[in-house]
Amino acid sequence: MSTTLLEKPRTVAAAPTTLSPGQLATALPGALRGLDPRRLWDSPVMFVVEVGAAFTTVLAVVEPSAFAWSITVWLWLTVLFATLAESVAEGRGKAQAASLRATQRETTARKVVGPDTVEVASSSLRVGDVVVVVAGETIPGDGDVIEGVASVDESAITGESAPVIRESGGDRSAVTGGTVVLSDRIVVRITAPAGHTFVDRMIALVEGSERQKTPNEVALNVLLTTLTIIFLLAVVTLQPFAVYSGARQPLIVLVALLVCLIPTTIGALLSAIGIAGMDRLVRRNVLAMSGRAVEAAGDVDVLLLDKTGTITLGNRQAADLLPAAGVDPALLADAAQLSSMADETPEGRSVLVLVKERFGLRERHDLAGAELVPFAARTRMSGVDLPGRSVRKGAAAAVIRWVRSTGGHAGDDVAATVDAISASGGTPLVVAEQLDAGPARVLGVIHLKDVVKEGMRERFDALRAMGIRTVMVTGDNPLTARAIGLEAGVDDVLAEATPEDKLALIRREQEGGRLVAMAGDGTNDAPALAQADVGVAMNTGTTAAKEAGNMVDLDSNPTKLLEIVEIGKQLLITRGALTTFSVANDVAKYFAILPAMFVVAFPQLGVLNVMHLTSPQSAILSAVVFNALVIVALLPLALRGVRYTPSSASALLRRNLLVYGLGGVIAPFLGIKLIDLLVTALGMS
Amino acid sequence: MSATWTAIGQIGIVVLVLAVVHRPLGDHMFRVLTSPRHLAVERVGYRVMRVDPDAEQRWSTYLLSVLGFSLASVLVLFGLGRLQDRLPLDIGMAPLDPAGAWNTAVSFVTNTNWQWYSGEAAAGHLFQMAGLAVQNFVSAAVGIAVVAALARGFARHGTDSRVGNFWADLVRVTVRVLLPLAFVAALVLVAGGVIQNLSAHAEIGTLAGGTQSVLGGPVASQEAIKELGTNGGGFFNANSAHPFENPTPWTNALEVVLLLLIPFSLPRTFGRMVGDRRQGWAILAAMSTLWVAAVGLLTWAELAGPGLVPAAAGGAMEGKEVRFGEAASALFAASTTMTSTGAVNSMHDSLTAPGGGVALVGMLLGEVSPGGVGSGLYGMVVLIIVAVFLAGLMVGRTPEYLGKKIGRQEITLVALYVLTMPAVVLIGSAIAISVPAGLAGQLQGGPHGLSEIVYAFASAGNNNGSAFGGLTTGTPFYNTLLGLAMLVGRFVPIALVLALAGRLASQRKVPEGAGTLPTHTPLFVGLLVTVTLVVVGLTFVPVLSLGPVVESLS
Repeated sequence: MSTTLLEKPRTVAAAPTTLSPGQLATALPGALRGLDPRRLWDSPVMFVVEVGAAFTTVLAVVEPSAFAWSITVWLWLTVLFATLAESVAEGRGKAQAASLRATQRETTARKVVGPDTVEVASSSLRVGDVVVVVAGETIPGDGDVIEGVASVDESAITGESAPVIRESGGDRSAVTGGTVVLSDRIVVRITAPAGHTFVDRMIALVEGSERQKTPNEVALNVLLTTLTIIFLLAVVTLQPFAVYSGARQPLIVLVALLVCLIPTTIGALLSAIGIAGMDRLVRRNVLAMSGRAVEAAGDVDVLLLDKTGTITLGNRQAADLLPAAGVDPALLADAAQLSSMADETPEGRSVLVLVKERFGLRERHDLAGAELVPFAARTRMSGVDLPGRSVRKGAAAAVIRWVRSTGGHAGDDVAATVDAISASGGTPLVVAEQLDAGPARVLGVIHLKDVVKEGMRERFDALRAMGIRTVMVTGDNPLTARAIGLEAGVDDVLAEATPEDKLALIRREQEGGRLVAMAGDGTNDAPALAQADVGVAMNTGTTAAKEAGNMVDLDSNPTKLLEIVEIGKQLLITRGALTTFSVANDVAKYFAILPAMFVVAFPQLGVLNVMHLTSPQSAILSAVVFNALVIVALLPLALRGVRYTPSSASALLRRNLLVYGLGGVIAPFLGIKLIDLLVTALGMS
Repeated sequence: MSATWTAIGQIGIVVLVLAVVHRPLGDHMFRVLTSPRHLAVERVGYRVMRVDPDAEQRWSTYLLSVLGFSLASVLVLFGLGRLQDRLPLDIGMAPLDPAGAWNTAVSFVTNTNWQWYSGEAAAGHLFQMAGLAVQNFVSAAVGIAVVAALARGFARHGTDSRVGNFWADLVRVTVRVLLPLAFVAALVLVAGGVIQNLSAHAEIGTLAGGTQSVLGGPVASQEAIKELGTNGGGFFNANSAHPFENPTPWTNALEVVLLLLIPFSLPRTFGRMVGDRRQGWAILAAMSTLWVAAVGLLTWAELAGPGLVPAAAGGAMEGKEVRFGEAASALFAASTTMTSTGAVNSMHDSLTAPGGGVALVGMLLGEVSPGGVGSGLYGMVVLIIVAVFLAGLMVGRTPEYLGKKIGRQEITLVALYVLTMPAVVLIGSAIAISVPAGLAGQLQGGPHGLSEIVYAFASAGNNNGSAFGGLTTGTPFYNTLLGLAMLVGRFVPIALVLALAGRLASQRKVPEGAGTLPTHTPLFVGLLVTVTLVVVGLTFVPVLSLGPVVESLS
């Protein structure tokens, strides 16, 4: 079992873990624009730093000294590093936005007006307009297919090169503007006005231009602002105490102290963390319509997962051959293979796979004169007629009826086997054979069952460790549902589920204060998707489903829910870890700065200079430099997110407190000492 | 060596008594605060006050009741102080000046009991009994009422922010908790030698042949509630160092137990009110850790007696009573500063430099270990929310405590609470140290003088009331400014806590799961202690480094 639930993203490159100089260079113009105080106002911590930097600039101009200018430069760098962090984070979405924009070329649409079509610009289309699109043409806007079926190349948005089928009616009727019809002809009713299409929303999302602060981000900002005010008070009131003590401090030193104490590390990286979190989702081909939903994903208590396609492979497969009394298993295998030759369904193919694996029966080519009897809904059987031999395979009742019609009869043991398979949640297929127009006899039963995807149990165990309950939703009868649920290791099943049942289940969980996540694609999923706290719509799904959910998975892979939950948690953990680190840093900074400030007036405070920093000025400068550089040092972590291993809350807390709490206390002692050595060596102070 | 064992023995006795008593007392307070029944005497009270004790109040109404009651109390005390010479039992005391009366009125209503005056030289018996003693009871009851409202905020969900009835809480806590406890405690104190009479000054011939004027008074009854309610306002200026208030080492130990009793029992009450006793244990553990650390450090400081003078004198006995010695004085000093009591049995100005520093830090942590009656617990819960906010993020969930989400509004209230005390202390001290009127009161200059001023504002802003001594604060400047500090330091936090209680009560409950951060584990207790020390402590490091730290390193 892998230690993490995160799958490698399939279509987009993994997020780079280091920053290239090129990346920083491209981000620089954005970073400089970010220095505008009106934009910094959103981040009170960094705003205070900028005001401090402006103040020291004036002081340095009035009374120039190497120390004053060094401090001033590093304070400006502190602000610049913060805006650079945000700019780098934003830059990562820009490339993707550019490729999306390319799909938005102005195209010509053939709009249906009365009995004719007229050519109009795609930008002039309104909601409700009907257009015709044929092979080779670009679909002019978002809409639903109302007539026809076509294969469509959606690689422009999903990155997946294999074409997908879009057809009128059902759950695969939604088409996206900018995608290309590869074959056939469809008639599309436009559902989104130009400028508000899916691609437009995607561009806005990946560029972060619509980014709003999420609830938790706002709450954290309140706490950070308060800490800033408290330290502002502590530093402003320090001067009267210092004056009283006969150690009046240069204003530049007070500004340096203030900047070192306020939580600049997290203040600088907070928005980058948020943007990077969204970006991680985008890289996994998930589009979150709001950051709020990403945060909610971290809090999810209950996951509703559809059985088919999510937990099981989606098709029933032959799992066993059970011969009737007195029948040679090899004969049953042979008959099962023969009867499935004409069965093109996945179930039929799985029978061929089974007999090949179990009995070494290869595909046969000696079927001269064979007449294949394909499966028909009326007979509910398939089979083959050979000279002198007929083989049939199908639903128990249908095959037994056929046996009886030939004068044969089925034994009681067959009925018992059929019942047992049904009871275990499987599907029995009875195989019978008729030789030379005599009475047919039952050879045995094929056990078809839902095959649970590999590794699902481990995933659910991991989720349970995280405190998340999984509920499997299926249309199967309760018996079947329970059997599969047990095998897959889910916590609960919702059997014979109608869309109303799903909605009711979500409401019930929410009444109890739990947060629910689900994935869905059909129109009838829309109410449940809208009700769920995290609703992930499949991109292959209907427009209604996509609009109801708050995320869209471009890969249409319902297991993605698990990754979404992890990304949500990772986002919160990264914020918490860097805040803790930031506050823990203050301990060491006090040891660097306070003795430096007051050692002249009170030589005994020199004892507190545990780092043995060279001089008061080098000590203060080193603390300021460390404070600035730590932002750059932690930027990759902010962009990548703190490593997350699914485990209990206590274990996570212990680990993160150790790394970021204790680490946050120790790291600056080392860092400041190192910088002091450098500063001294370079003679900067 | 024997001094060390005496110290450990005394601490051991106090801890043992508290360990035995805190559970039944905590359970009793739980029943008092949750029972639907009213006593006959309480009904009479409600009828006189014309309130319906069963009417649940929203947090805003609850807060208005607290403020209205406190305002009325301030006015009554102010009147009694200004007019005491025209009232009975004045024993010849002059009326207090306006600034002094304001300071004293605010001081007792805010459970601070800062005394700028000498009890025996300024306060008549009526003022002491009908004014100050009454406030000793009700100001303590207000603290418990507020924390009860907060506990209800956690315990209730989806209500329209109703958090109980202030009048019922006030009356019940007074009648069923404070009065009986104070009565028993007073009897024990009298048995231990504390005086209880209504006599005025008596002339006594001394051994040296001179005469001395000795004041009697209803001391034991005052003394009991002074400690129980973490008030600290002494009958005499010397407070618990005075032989009439605290005659023997045994009464001394008893007084230490009394002042720790309710603050250490309330976590149990809280745990039961929110339906999870483990949460109460966790809070108790965090409070105890800080208290034990402070007592240990202070005892070490006084016994080791670092510094020039104690070394020369062979012990840090300056300003201490010989009948108590260093250890009992240290135990009392640590307990009184960490409970926001402010009673003293020694001169804190004369504590060794590190010892005085510990006493000062005990207050500057925001009086949460265990803190004042009620106020210590709500202060600790606020810090828990800060800890939960950081820790909750680190486990990958939106932070929650006791099933309530800590969102923007909750953290805003908590942040303002955390901001209030440092603002009061820092701004107050900075003003005092910058103006001649503030510096005029100093006994000494230098780092010790700075400690004196910061101590005064720490004491007022945290509603402790203990004085470092040395600083003359009976001036209009200090009376006014410290009165303001006490007022803001008490009622702004109360308003924020009640608003928080209302927010929490209206929230739905989030069920606990495996992903929920457990808040009863040793790990969390450790985190809470660290947050208390780091988040609150860091604010004061610069100013402390110029006071006690410099002194200690001299």
